[in-house]
Amino acid sequence: MMTQPLANPHQEVHARTLFGFWVYLMTDCILFGSLFAAYAVLHNSTYGGPSAHDLFSLPYALAETMILLASSFTCGLAMLGAHLNDRRKLLLWFGVTFLLGASFLAMEISEFTKLVQAGNSWQRSGFLSAFFTLVGTHGLHITTGLLWMIVLLVPVARHGLTPTSLKRLTCLRLFWHFLDVVWIFIFTLVYLMGVK
Amino acid sequence: MFGNLTLDAFKHDPIEAAAGYSIFLSMILAVALITYFKRWTWLWKEWLTSLDPKRIGVMYIVVALIMLFKGLSDALMIRAQQAFSVGDAWGYLSASHFQQVFTAHGTTMIFFVGMGIVFGMMNLILPLQIGARDVAYPFLNSIGFWLFASGSAYIIISLIVGKFSATGWVAYPPLSGLRYSPNEGVDYWIWSVQIAGIGSLLSGINFLVTIFKMRCPGMTLMKMPVFAWSALGTLALIIFAFPILTATLGMLSLDRLLGMHFFTPDFGGNQMMYVNLIWAWGHPEVYILILPAFGIYSQVVSTFSQKRLFSYESMVWAIIGITFLSFIVWLHHFFTMGAGANVNAFFGIMTMLIAVPTGVKIFNWLFTMVRGRVHFTTPMLWFLGFVVIFSVGGMAGVLMSIAPVDFQVHNSLFLIAHFHSMIIGGVVFGFFAGFTYWFPKIMGFKLNERLGRYAFWCWLIGFLAAFLPLYILGFMGATRRLDHYEAATGWQPLFLVAAVGVGIISLGLGLQILQLIVSIKERKKNTDTTGDPWNGRTLEWSTTSPPPVYNFAVIPTVQTRDPFWEMKQTGASPQQKPKYQDIIMPKNSPLGVLIGGFSFILGFALVWHILWLGVIGLLGILTCFIVRLSEEETEYCIPASAVAKIEAKASKRKK
Repeated sequence: MMTQPLANPHQEVHARTLFGFWVYLMTDCILFGSLFAAYAVLHNSTYGGPSAHDLFSLPYALAETMILLASSFTCGLAMLGAHLNDRRKLLLWFGVTFLLGASFLAMEISEFTKLVQAGNSWQRSGFLSAFFTLVGTHGLHITTGLLWMIVLLVPVARHGLTPTSLKRLTCLRLFWHFLDVVWIFIFTLVYLMGVK
Repeated sequence: MFGNLTLDAFKHDPIEAAAGYSIFLSMILAVALITYFKRWTWLWKEWLTSLDPKRIGVMYIVVALIMLFKGLSDALMIRAQQAFSVGDAWGYLSASHFQQVFTAHGTTMIFFVGMGIVFGMMNLILPLQIGARDVAYPFLNSIGFWLFASGSAYIIISLIVGKFSATGWVAYPPLSGLRYSPNEGVDYWIWSVQIAGIGSLLSGINFLVTIFKMRCPGMTLMKMPVFAWSALGTLALIIFAFPILTATLGMLSLDRLLGMHFFTPDFGGNQMMYVNLIWAWGHPEVYILILPAFGIYSQVVSTFSQKRLFSYESMVWAIIGITFLSFIVWLHHFFTMGAGANVNAFFGIMTMLIAVPTGVKIFNWLFTMVRGRVHFTTPMLWFLGFVVIFSVGGMAGVLMSIAPVDFQVHNSLFLIAHFHSMIIGGVVFGFFAGFTYWFPKIMGFKLNERLGRYAFWCWLIGFLAAFLPLYILGFMGATRRLDHYEAATGWQPLFLVAAVGVGIISLGLGLQILQLIVSIKERKKNTDTTGDPWNGRTLEWSTTSPPPVYNFAVIPTVQTRDPFWEMKQTGASPQQKPKYQDIIMPKNSPLGVLIGGFSFILGFALVWHILWLGVIGLLGILTCFIVRLSEEETEYCIPASAVAKIEAKASKRKK
């Protein structure tokens, strides 16, 4: 389907954009790396407040993880539809992805709200500051991803797929999978290792 | 309504007010002049909305030069205070104003002069050197520049509205935390650096992709000019280091805005984490600034010695080595943290190691001159001055890499003398060399040589007078950032010499401004009609001066490392009747300026805690991006016939 090398200017721009987006993802990875480092330094600095063991529920986090992983899978299905130029399939699966992403976000917000209501806000201790920042930054990325989905899919629904929108959807898909990978690390380091 | 912003923010002591109002007046004057000459449309269409890297490069350099002027004024104020604030005399600056001045000096010089000239030079030269018509993402380039410009605007506006940070240019907590710096100063610093830093990150991605994906046919990585290699090293560093800065500043501002406890002294915060994080960015940053300068020297030395660069391979490996090593030396900025002997030994040894590739480069440049036909033009003078100052300063750095020695001179003026040797002697001299060297390429006429030489000697002598005393003062126990000291210390004579030195440097800058004016006046006499005024070696000299908007009518194909030199030697002139093709170029876009403007509004709102203004800023940025995503026609076509016309005119001018 996409085998002509460099002959087509669209192809060249496409390859360049994807490479650049990979580089961007790498910078985002380092940003998260810094936040993970901060969490690693501060995870015992509870200042007499609750620790990860006291606060987090593993089943809840596992449910979040499953929802996000499922959304990555449906995002892949949507892109299969895009490459087949099947607009209905594309929109359907991206719709499911959006709903899964939104419910992940809702679960995260509800977790945050419960923590704050119980008096365990980010102001309680260095540990909680690092927790809210790390997980919250991931949540902010998810929010951006959801907004991006709306912005890209409304024109696709209206006017159909163009090479440019395919390029942008490919970037969005990379972004979405990347957030999944980051979440796996959050799940492992914050929840799994924290609760035990 | 206006958050923490009240009328009190506009009240300043007389000296601060004088600075603020003079800037305010010069801005009004500039606006009046542009209006009087009816240049607004021209400015908007030709410059502010331009996506041409040559234009964006010039704008970077203009901002950097304005900020250099500002930063040098700060330096003069610091030196004047320290020369006279002895014993019973308390100088003319209050302690709090003095603290703002040295903070602004460092921030301005590193972020807005250093980074400005790095990206300015890359924009001007990189696409030309690798035989490309444009950068990978022209629109991203514009956003990068405008974020840089709006970051620099906070430094200026803090002179008029409120105060700037008083915590030094790296803002260590707990001093920079909410408890000890409750007012807006640190927030100004955070958002200035944060917004400019995100701009640098975006530009970094852009130029990295440009180098990897847009080189002309035949130019393999090992055939790239050394400036492009040094830029590649810098870009790799930017991509790995700047996200750390973004995260660190983010955490500091969360501490200040939402009452978090990353770096607070209580509630389990950890201040040393900040120091580690900021230097994990900060040390690579030093090399981000110096590597492009190394690249410039490489081009200058080989051009003016009329000889190919000595040992290109070792030069490239030295760049790669420096890029790698610069990530594992950050702890030498705080050996005194008490990390333990083994940790200090590791970082000390790595610091010594990084001097090896740097030394390799110095020798390569010197060997390039051996048996060459050396032309002692102004760029060569800057290079020779650099070798002297940089070598001495570098050895002082190696001295400090020995942890026990560092314990003695930590935070003393010895350190100040060391890093000014590296940054002025290395980066600034390199920039001036490159500025003189590439000026005719970009503007179409050469700079006045005689005034350039005078300026060089002022800078060199001024530098030695200003900073050699600081080495001695450091050994005598003078620490940095003092607004007052006792007469019994015996420091005053040396401080006086240093003050005179900064005066001589200012004279040098004045001569450079004069040089620019004289050169513009005499531009008819110094016009470069050939496109190759220095008998150059690399591709940028093969096109006209100034280059057409598309750089090359026909994309060149290269076989060797010095393709243009080769072309001239073998007499292979470009085809007599080349076949021109339609050229697709990006259209101008106002969205870059608008995104910069809305980012400025957002940051300003965060500094003063004005909610509604922040919402406007954020929505503005989002709207701009959505508008850009929905634009269909972002490019225009220059038909082959128009290209042929432009080229015919250019070759007529050559004859």
